[in-house]
Amino acid sequence: MKPILLHPDDNVLVLAAAIQAGQAIEIDGAVMAAPQDVAVGHKIARHALSIGDKVLKYGAPIGSMTAPAAPGAHVHMHNMKSDYIASHTRQATGEAS
Amino acid sequence: MSALTGFLRADGRKGIRNVVAVAYLVECAHHVARTIVTKSDDPDAHLIGFPGCYPNAYALKVMQAIGAHPNVGGVLLISLGCESFNREALRASIAASGRPVEVLVIQESGGTAETVRKGVEAVARLKAAADQAPRAPMDVSELVIGTICGGSDGTSGITANPAVGRAFDRLGVAGAACVFEETGELVGCEKIMADRAITPELGLALEASVRKAEAYYTVMGYGSFAPGNAEGGLTTQEEKSMGAYSKSGSAPIVGILKPGDQPVSGGLYLLDVVPDGEVRFGFPNISDNAEIVELIACGAHLTLFTTGRGSVVGSAISPVIKVCANPETYRKLSGDMDVDAGRIMEGRGTLDEVGDEIFELVLAVAGGARTVSEALGHQEFILTYKAFDPIGPACLPLRRVS
Repeated sequence: MKPILLHPDDNVLVLAAAIQAGQAIEIDGAVMAAPQDVAVGHKIARHALSIGDKVLKYGAPIGSMTAPAAPGAHVHMHNMKSDYIASHTRQATGEAS
Repeated sequence: MSALTGFLRADGRKGIRNVVAVAYLVECAHHVARTIVTKSDDPDAHLIGFPGCYPNAYALKVMQAIGAHPNVGGVLLISLGCESFNREALRASIAASGRPVEVLVIQESGGTAETVRKGVEAVARLKAAADQAPRAPMDVSELVIGTICGGSDGTSGITANPAVGRAFDRLGVAGAACVFEETGELVGCEKIMADRAITPELGLALEASVRKAEAYYTVMGYGSFAPGNAEGGLTTQEEKSMGAYSKSGSAPIVGILKPGDQPVSGGLYLLDVVPDGEVRFGFPNISDNAEIVELIACGAHLTLFTTGRGSVVGSAISPVIKVCANPETYRKLSGDMDVDAGRIMEGRGTLDEVGDEIFELVLAVAGGARTVSEALGHQEFILTYKAFDPIGPACLPLRRVS
């Protein structure tokens, strides 16, 4: 499975289909085992990312890392945040789960 | 360019549908208006309205713009009688546009049952009058096309949104006016967007409109970002924005509109949907259809709606073409989608191919073909309280000075 690189400057890739842990994924020509299950449309790290790194997608900054991520790791709410307005999840808005 | 045939209105505008709008002017008249539409049993009788009892200049402007919309062939206003909506100003502006308009005031018409009876007769009269509208040749350059995204996910910005951008580029070349919107979903894109303005002053106004949106949403405590966006792989407002922004294509931006303003030329416009002044009436747009109504108030003959998670809505007055970004969603909801843009994710098509398909579908729908949501009877409409200042002098550089 080859994730989508939207812009040459990007440090995240977008999944064209869901992947499962252990599945072979190809990042910049190198094949590795996916570290975890990730759904279609979600992002994974193109290379190792550190706290404070700007996340680049479409060649533009879309937020900053709040925790490190290894190559191939899922990049989402648990390790990055907006540089503008905080995002929210259903749990955070007080809806009964 | 393939010629269309429009419904020619007395004011010279041309529509692609011939709708009789039944409008309630306060929630207290909603049931009566809805019952009239239901009993009329005509796919071209559409329910619209405004629920509030307090006056609002924005709501009046939007209702006036929709009453004179090119797709509207006649209007029935349903008033309770004691609400503060300025029904005479609305009736007068619709009449001045040359469209037949009738008014029923429930408190003076014998109550619910009698008003419903009179209303059904009125709709039949208005429909007969609308059917007399002459048909006239219509060029693509006379179309106004809106776009919106709803239920976005990580696929939206890769497939459906840039495909709509391709279609917008082709429509713009053909001379159509194309309108994109939701400045709250352009937070993070303001600089690159400003570079596309046809004048430096318009560029500054574009940036200011996004700053206004960011400030407004910050006060509200939430960005234009729903939990479903995150479940679909979007993490931040600016990430959602970059994907949404690609709906606008690559043409220069020729102007900024606010709800109810009309494009003055072909080309690409930004619709500024975030209220001016202090935060007063709540969230700028409480759901997607509030934005579609504002696009229609700017003259949109039809709207291109991109969705990743899978919205099923349509709209009153103007058809909605739904472009599905996510191939998994398409398989679950294909009966609600007009275009399978998610096939790009699976290598079954390119952005250019899907863009061309959307362009051709716009022409077909403008020619009378019903969209999926129209055929399913979707006629959503929602209008809430807002406050706007008029657009500034930098917003429409192409406006003729008379």
